[in-house]
Amino acid sequence: MSLIQVKDLYKIYQMGNSEVRALDGVSLSIEQNEYVSIMGPSGSGKSTLMNLLGCLDTPTSGEFFMDGIDVATMDDDALAHIRNKKIGFVFQTFNLLPKSTSLRNVELPLIYNGEIKAADRREMAIGALTRVNLADRVSHKPNELSGGQRQRVAVARALVNNPAIILADEPTGNLDSKTGEEIMALFDELHKQGNTIILVTHEEHIAAHASRVVRLLDGKIAVDEPTQRGEK
Amino acid sequence: MYIRTTFKTLNDAFFMALEAIRDNLLRSILTLLGIVIGVFAIIAVMTAIRTLESSINTGLNVFGSDVIFVQKSPVMQMGDHNSRRKYWSRPNITYKMALELRDRIVGAEFVSAQDGTGGKTIRFKKEKTNPNVGVQGVDEFGLEALNHKLDYGRNFIPEDIEYGRRVVILATDVIQKLFPFQDPVEQVVSINGIGFDVIGTLERKGEMFGQSQDNFVIIPMTTYLQYFGSRWTSLGISIKAPDAESFNLTKEEVIDQMRIVRGLGPMDENDFEVTSNDALIDTFGSFTAGIKMFAGAVSVIALVVAGIGIMNIMLVSVSERIKEIGVRKAIGATRNNILFQFLLEAVFLSLIGGVIGVLLGVGVGNMVTLVMKNVAPVIPIDWVFIGLGVCSFIGIVFGIYPAYKAAGLDPIESLRHE
Repeated sequence: MSLIQVKDLYKIYQMGNSEVRALDGVSLSIEQNEYVSIMGPSGSGKSTLMNLLGCLDTPTSGEFFMDGIDVATMDDDALAHIRNKKIGFVFQTFNLLPKSTSLRNVELPLIYNGEIKAADRREMAIGALTRVNLADRVSHKPNELSGGQRQRVAVARALVNNPAIILADEPTGNLDSKTGEEIMALFDELHKQGNTIILVTHEEHIAAHASRVVRLLDGKIAVDEPTQRGEK
Repeated sequence: MYIRTTFKTLNDAFFMALEAIRDNLLRSILTLLGIVIGVFAIIAVMTAIRTLESSINTGLNVFGSDVIFVQKSPVMQMGDHNSRRKYWSRPNITYKMALELRDRIVGAEFVSAQDGTGGKTIRFKKEKTNPNVGVQGVDEFGLEALNHKLDYGRNFIPEDIEYGRRVVILATDVIQKLFPFQDPVEQVVSINGIGFDVIGTLERKGEMFGQSQDNFVIIPMTTYLQYFGSRWTSLGISIKAPDAESFNLTKEEVIDQMRIVRGLGPMDENDFEVTSNDALIDTFGSFTAGIKMFAGAVSVIALVVAGIGIMNIMLVSVSERIKEIGVRKAIGATRNNILFQFLLEAVFLSLIGGVIGVLLGVGVGNMVTLVMKNVAPVIPIDWVFIGLGVCSFIGIVFGIYPAYKAAGLDPIESLRHE
């Protein structure tokens, strides 16, 4: 079975009298170690799909299996556990806890994991920060770091629990192009190391880092094809 | 496994809560203030009363243990003019009545009559005391009945009483004044010009409420009545029960026999009062109960206000940290994780205030010991725990709604929140 298996996914919002079909029958499967970008104009259902794939939300109807687990009908707490163990989020605005050090920020998912000892947590967090080349910024707070460094901390936080997928929502949106490329190089590297990466973006050159691109329009998948890189 | 995870989560929530309090230090301190005041009020008052009580419980042992005291009017009179007149108009208790009561009571260890007067001057040769010395008239059981302890010399013997001998036992203040370098026993002192042979001295009693309890002399009852009695003299009678178990029984007997001695009919009201150490302590207790109630009311109001303050600040804290809550949820925090985090924050806020309040309260409450000598400082452990327990309770009660609100936030909405 695929890592992510989605079939006939619908997400329908009731806006007054009219209903809005944010997702209108999406079927998709993503394999282990794939590098997929999801594209689409605003209103295309891109964010809705990302929220569903990130287990932040449940679909109105349809099947959704994550790593063989049926997550379509899970309650909030069960979804929280799935998010904790299977998904690593990277946000456009980094979303670090501003008053906590890098180490503390990266440790946070391990704290909610609940099965890892405090001493191991520290070691794992330092390991994750080392993987993003920030071993020397362990005790810095976000306001003492550059934008690129902050996003690296966020990537380390996404990595630390060894998630099944890394879900990045416009990860370069708040960075200058040079720093953005550095972050993308980091994602490329993580992909080479065997991670599965889903990239949500509206920038073609960012999407081009992936090996497959899924284009949404009006809640439906319009295009699902390999990128140039993927064809090689 | 589940318990272990919960415990670990609590442990982490503990540090998160401390971090949050530290990050908003000024705001937290201001919020704490209400709790500090509430806890301080109750702890200070309880500590002060506790120190007083411990001194009263030793100091109020005026009568010796298992002693029942009979006199015309109550020891502590609380009431209006009319009720005082009622007591005043009762017939006096005479020495004859006391002797008759002694004959009638079988089950007591002793039945002893006593009375006292003040404002007397004692002289020895050229030395004299201030005119403020008390004179107590007693019988051979007087020392035990009044809880005096003989230091040197001898107690009164029945003959001293029977023949109205002019003998005296001195307490320490008088000895210090008249006999600074000399043994007073077998010397002759004069009380208001009447000569008395000193036969003994008493041990020091110390002070109560800053007043010396050793500025008096004691003489035989009969001698007392002869020289210091008047038509207003009404004696007190002390009756010692054989042991603590038969105390109530003896008390009943005293009342029954005293009614006969006083010549009361079956339907008449008692025209005398019966009291004991326990009763005195009870009277004091009913007096402090009022103060305790007042302090309790102040504390409750302060704590409720403080609780509302905590709730307010927690609501602010939650709405400030919506984004943070979203992030925490996105990376795997469950509803309970968030709930505990904010609840613990409220409880800690409250508890820190409680600890400060307890420390201040115990400190200020014990300042009573600076004013009054012979009073040991106390820490009212039970109230410390009650105070801290109430603080935790307030933290939970007023923290639960903000915490519940935080826990229920939608992760997607929260992440989008700016």
